[in-house]
Amino acid sequence: MKNEILKLLNRNARYTVEELATMLDMNVNDIKAEIKRLEKDGVICGYKTVIDWEKLDGAYVSAIIEINVVPKADCGFEEVAEKISSYDEVESVYLMSGGYDLNVVVKGKTLQDVARFVARELAPMDSVTSTATHFVLRRYKELDVKLCENEVDDRGQILL
Amino acid sequence: MIDYSKVLNSTVQEIKPSGIRKFFDIAATMDDVISLGVGEPDFKTPWQIRKAGINALERGKTRYTSNWGLSALRDEISVYYERKYGVKYSPEDEILVSVGGSEAIDNAIRAIVQRGDEVIIPQPSYVCYEPMTMLAGGTPVIIETRAEDDFKVTPELLKNVITPKTKLLILPYPCNPTGAIMERKDIEALSQVLKSTNILVISDEIYSELNFGDEGHVAVASVDGMRERTVTVNGFSKSFSMTGWRLGYACGPNEIIGQITKIHQFGIMSAPTMSQYAAIEALRSCDEAVESMKEEYNRRRRFIVNGFNKAGLICREPKGAFYAFPCIKSTGMTSDEFCEKLIETKRVALVPGTAFGKGGEGFVRASYCYSVEHITEALNRVEEFVSELKNR
Repeated sequence: MKNEILKLLNRNARYTVEELATMLDMNVNDIKAEIKRLEKDGVICGYKTVIDWEKLDGAYVSAIIEINVVPKADCGFEEVAEKISSYDEVESVYLMSGGYDLNVVVKGKTLQDVARFVARELAPMDSVTSTATHFVLRRYKELDVKLCENEVDDRGQILL
Repeated sequence: MIDYSKVLNSTVQEIKPSGIRKFFDIAATMDDVISLGVGEPDFKTPWQIRKAGINALERGKTRYTSNWGLSALRDEISVYYERKYGVKYSPEDEILVSVGGSEAIDNAIRAIVQRGDEVIIPQPSYVCYEPMTMLAGGTPVIIETRAEDDFKVTPELLKNVITPKTKLLILPYPCNPTGAIMERKDIEALSQVLKSTNILVISDEIYSELNFGDEGHVAVASVDGMRERTVTVNGFSKSFSMTGWRLGYACGPNEIIGQITKIHQFGIMSAPTMSQYAAIEALRSCDEAVESMKEEYNRRRRFIVNGFNKAGLICREPKGAFYAFPCIKSTGMTSDEFCEKLIETKRVALVPGTAFGKGGEGFVRASYCYSVEHITEALNRVEEFVSELKNR
């Protein structure tokens, strides 16, 4: 049941508990309780809106920064990852396998903003040994949602 | 000047073109119409099936296949029907691959029915059985199934229409448009009625994968006494979201399928080759994809049934296919009026039940081959419509 609820909320966080209850053939109060539990346990960490900023004038730019780090003896990557996560400019932070250590998504109003942030905040950190910045040119899909969908429903040629 | 009405086949001329087409052509000219009209999955064909079709094209598999269809595909169909529904058909001579389920139904009717034969057709049901029967020279005999029987064919309804001329019974379950299914006990009861007769059965099981009943889909041929008299028709359109691939099949005793295959051989030759290769993949490795589509349909099904009832239109639980069939009698309108007014004022397209036979009067068909968000919007508008009617 947990997974069913999460799957649906992941598709559309705005489903009401009543709608979820109907779709899953469950009791509204059970759904409410389960969601509360999932929030309390930190499984559900938040609810966000998927926005295609390119459609607005005030679009922002974002970049993926590949960062190499010297891990600390006592806490590995945790300390630096947490420190990076604490910036408002940082959208996401992942520890990676492969050629570099941390993958950080940074957003800013302009290219310069992002470049400045990397140069002034990320690169000078003690344990950071190198950064490589890749600017995002276009978003096609974000959090499972296609942003460039122009598909029309071409059914209806045969009706019955 | 040729007077075509005197020249062309009078039976064909008698067949009325579907009135729905006009209705939906009007809908197409309106802005902001939200449709629950389409009887076609919104899911794309699962990618691995499409890939198998692409592979077939890349390998140049573009020639005719055997009249019966690729033997590898018939093997898979045989395995599928046995593992899913417990009916064993020999891939050598009891399975014919056809151009959609419809071709199989048409050919089966033509192989069985001749002038003067009566064909029992339960309605409301899919629109092809009656004209196909007429084209074969047969006489359609309609059973009006009833909401209080959950639109099933009961032994009583069946007994009432059997005559010495009865040749064939069509069983269209899970049913478009009613969403009705036949459970094992229901089919067993019919089997009792049929057992002392030579009446044959065409079981149109195209929606077999979409049966939400407790016991799942029961193949008619799996019931005692039915296999020898039943042509089982199924296909890939609905279960695997493969409508445009045009691929179906008929299974049954070789004595019948062999005759059907002769008609197919001369009319069609063989079903589309790349579609057949794709279908092999569908049967081999798509259980999971089918299951996940079914789960989604099931969520939508609960959602739409709940929505119609909330809107004040009694909607029984449709146990199969992907349609809800709510009753609109409480509005005092006919099905046609209801649908016309609804699209005029609220821009929602539903199909009047009468499109599926006279017995559909008082009902409308709503497809749930749409996203929950789309269905929600349509239901909101229907609710508005119904409440405005009541407050007038």
